[in-house]
Amino acid sequence: MIIGVRSNVKEDNPASLGIRAQSLSVFAYVSVYVMVKVFQAADATDLVTELRRSFDDGVTRGYEWRVTQLKKLLLICDNHEPEIVSALHDDLGKPELESSVYEVALLRNSINLAVKQLKDWMAPDKVAKTSLTTFPASAEIVYEPLGVVLVISAWNYPFLLSIDPVIGAISAGNAVVLKPSELAPASSSLLAKLLEQYLDSSAVRVVEGAVTETTLLLEQKWDKIFYTGSSRIGRIIMMAAAKHLTPVVLELGGKSPVVIDSDTNLKITAKRIIAGKWGCNNGQACISPDYILTTKEFSPKVIDALKQELEAFYGKNPMESKDMSRIVNSNHFDRLSKMLEEKEVSDKIVYGGQKNRDKLKIAPTILVDVPLDSQIMSEEIFGPLLPIITLNNLEECFDVIRSRPKPLAAYLFTQNQKLKERFALTVSAGGIVVNDIAVHLAVPTLPFGGVGESGMGSYHGKFSFDAFSHKKAVLYKSFIGDAAIRYPPYSTGKLRLLKALVNSNILEIFRVILGLS
Amino acid sequence: MEEVVDQSLREMRDTFASGRTRSVKWRKTQLEAIIEMVKDNEDKMCDVLFQDLGKHSTEAFRDELGFVMRSATTALNCLDKWVVPKKSNLPLLFYPSTGKVISEPYGTVLVLSSWNFPISLSLDPLIGAISAGNTVLLKASELSPNASAFLAKTIPSYLDSKAIKVIEGGPDVATILLKHQWDKIFFTGSPRIGKIIMAAAAEHLTPVTLELGGKCPTIVDHHSVSKDMKSVVKRISGGKWGSCSGQACISVDYVLVEKSFASSLIEMLKPMIRSFFGENPKESGCLSRIVNKKHFQRLARLLNDPGVQASIVYGGSMDEEKLYIEPTILLDPPLDSEIMNEEIFGPILPIITLRDIQESIGFIKSKPKPLAIYAFTKDENLKTRILSETSSGSVTFNDVMIQYMCDALPFGGVGESGIGRYHGKYSFECFSHEKAIMEGSLAMDLEARYPPWNSFKLTFLRLAFREAYFKLVLFMLGLKK
Repeated sequence: MIIGVRSNVKEDNPASLGIRAQSLSVFAYVSVYVMVKVFQAADATDLVTELRRSFDDGVTRGYEWRVTQLKKLLLICDNHEPEIVSALHDDLGKPELESSVYEVALLRNSINLAVKQLKDWMAPDKVAKTSLTTFPASAEIVYEPLGVVLVISAWNYPFLLSIDPVIGAISAGNAVVLKPSELAPASSSLLAKLLEQYLDSSAVRVVEGAVTETTLLLEQKWDKIFYTGSSRIGRIIMMAAAKHLTPVVLELGGKSPVVIDSDTNLKITAKRIIAGKWGCNNGQACISPDYILTTKEFSPKVIDALKQELEAFYGKNPMESKDMSRIVNSNHFDRLSKMLEEKEVSDKIVYGGQKNRDKLKIAPTILVDVPLDSQIMSEEIFGPLLPIITLNNLEECFDVIRSRPKPLAAYLFTQNQKLKERFALTVSAGGIVVNDIAVHLAVPTLPFGGVGESGMGSYHGKFSFDAFSHKKAVLYKSFIGDAAIRYPPYSTGKLRLLKALVNSNILEIFRVILGLS
Repeated sequence: MEEVVDQSLREMRDTFASGRTRSVKWRKTQLEAIIEMVKDNEDKMCDVLFQDLGKHSTEAFRDELGFVMRSATTALNCLDKWVVPKKSNLPLLFYPSTGKVISEPYGTVLVLSSWNFPISLSLDPLIGAISAGNTVLLKASELSPNASAFLAKTIPSYLDSKAIKVIEGGPDVATILLKHQWDKIFFTGSPRIGKIIMAAAAEHLTPVTLELGGKCPTIVDHHSVSKDMKSVVKRISGGKWGSCSGQACISVDYVLVEKSFASSLIEMLKPMIRSFFGENPKESGCLSRIVNKKHFQRLARLLNDPGVQASIVYGGSMDEEKLYIEPTILLDPPLDSEIMNEEIFGPILPIITLRDIQESIGFIKSKPKPLAIYAFTKDENLKTRILSETSSGSVTFNDVMIQYMCDALPFGGVGESGIGRYHGKYSFECFSHEKAIMEGSLAMDLEARYPPWNSFKLTFLRLAFREAYFKLVLFMLGLKK
């Protein structure tokens, strides 16, 4: 196992290197520094070389190996849930239920599905024998692993977003290196420990670290890179991948809008929005409801409903509630504070707004009609702030959404069938959910991924297997049938025949070429 | 030029925003227009292909015109099926929610095509982009100037010019284009340029499909195909020299054969070449020429390497003025020569001998993953080994090049030979974003979904997620802790 020196490099300020102020960590750093080897370029090269050798030796290709590794991942979930919950609490203040259900349980389902379906997934796709152009040949599509892949995960769901792609990589038969996020250090460390303990380290490895380590890894040639994180870093990843023509999956983010129609069941709507926003890592999720669009007329009812349900969920003093994650670190806390303090924004708060930097807590905060060009409406919030933008007419929501980068998710609450259809067809987003929030993430039969600024590629269920596979076309041709028309010398006669065939039936021409007519 | 690009982009984006290209009727009209365009301009198209590449009209028709017409027809016939949303089965846990996947056009896409099949490599991706409902800008290669000019002039009079545009030019124009944000970029060409395209796309997080190349090996297992050897030789020769004189991404680049059979193979190839092109291939009119001086000089350089010169067993003559290189066979050129380390893209065929045909696997693996692997064999073991131990865009047994015609098969590379795929429905998918749609019900609600959290809700959700419905019921009835 390679352990990197963990530096508290903040994502949005790569040049700075901070040391965690908490004294216990300082002590830990000092002792760890003494014991630990710094990850260098040669280490990255050696790592990839070793994994490539394992891959070339066929270690990861067999069904047995893949299933064994998946089952070991299941054992991790079964045997170490309390430690996972604890690490998530250390890193994010995540409530036990969120850790248990939205990380561990989802992973368990993902693993079980892969184990159950793997044989099917691995089987070649037969191409229709009756296809005119292939007859009398037969064809199939064979799934083959790409080779040695890199998974870079995020800090907000550190277990889910690390292991779920790894499930895909392993089921598809690849060797894989995982780099968890340094902004969730307890989780990163636990992942490194558990994966080394349970999985085949000749083919599955964890590299901990920050910008330095990631950069070193990105210089290597990978057969696929799977990244979850910000659009800004997504660009850097793709640029690095381009040097080696490495295909990528980028699971990024965006401002996921929620459109609320006045005919909706407001109580359920409010509950689902709250559960989907503050109940999912306190708004720090890629598909978190970012802002609300509703009519001026309906907006007060929406605010009332939200206030009512917020109190029901988190009590009169939400800052004391144990049912919400905290803000991940002071960097993000300051980022969110700045958003709230901006002129013309701070006076639009209608609920919440309390902050506590020491505890890294910000109360669930609702704002109404902040300027559309304010910070809070220009970048992904990723926190417990919910702006409501009111419109004269709900129709205007389409223009508002379309004028912004394509988000990872777009939500609509309505009973109006026509509106649902129009929304689904015309709003471009990674995924659309009507009358609920975020649940599509848990559905393995729906591809989960972005479009435009919110990403490229998708995964979950079989889509994960596909993401890490090359679908190789295989054509089996016989020696029967070899039309002269295929070969030189080209006479005008041949051309005439070809043209005549074209005019009669376009498909005939290929039967001729393949020597069947 | 910058202004032209800006204006074109703006117009295409407005057209896309208007929703016109989303209608199936519009898409079908455009596809029909492409077929009409090819039918009306057959002679002109053959003419430009002859001017740019010396292609015989039969070859032009077979590889380009006919292919495009077939591709457009397939799209026309299948479009109604392709645009239908795909229903997804949701786990019971999510009842009564429903889910489906809609194929949505990316928006405004860029197609950069190559010079060797300038008509089909331009129009085929165009067909994909249009059937998926996008607006598209096509830049054909400046190395096939007549074809490029033809497309620039003719496409606007057949297709919706507010949605489908053509621009001409070389690297400088490409550079301007790549500075802009596109919703998808489709590129056919060399790996070197592919890297530049992908890096440019990264600035805007634009997804790419890169159809690149590589050295496509052809394994001849003479033990198992001896009865059909004449057909083997014919197919290899036709594939190599009969299609743009070896200047194709899926061309037979080199042959792997056992040493004991090499000379027999060569002695069969020679008369086959003569039967195709006569005693003087230069005058046959059936052999495409080299595209331009630069590529001619590149190939001449490959051939003039002393080690390579010494390995020539057939052909080798060149005429720079006529951009002609004779169909040439090499026997065991040095493995470290340039010709054995870069994609040849010309009418030179190295034959590499091995002690045992099984060694072909290791040989192929030592090189970057190619776009195609061809293997003439009936040995099931060898077939299995090739499939499972090598990696390539595709594998074709007992023929060459033909996988290109099978639009039921995805056409694309892996590793150095490319990213993404197209042909048939894969073209449609290539230019579509697969958007997941999920619809929940406002009628039913589950209290356990919501804070404040407690151990009841935790257990409930745990059981629900495990789809342990029986245990869940017991739990609800208080019969299980």
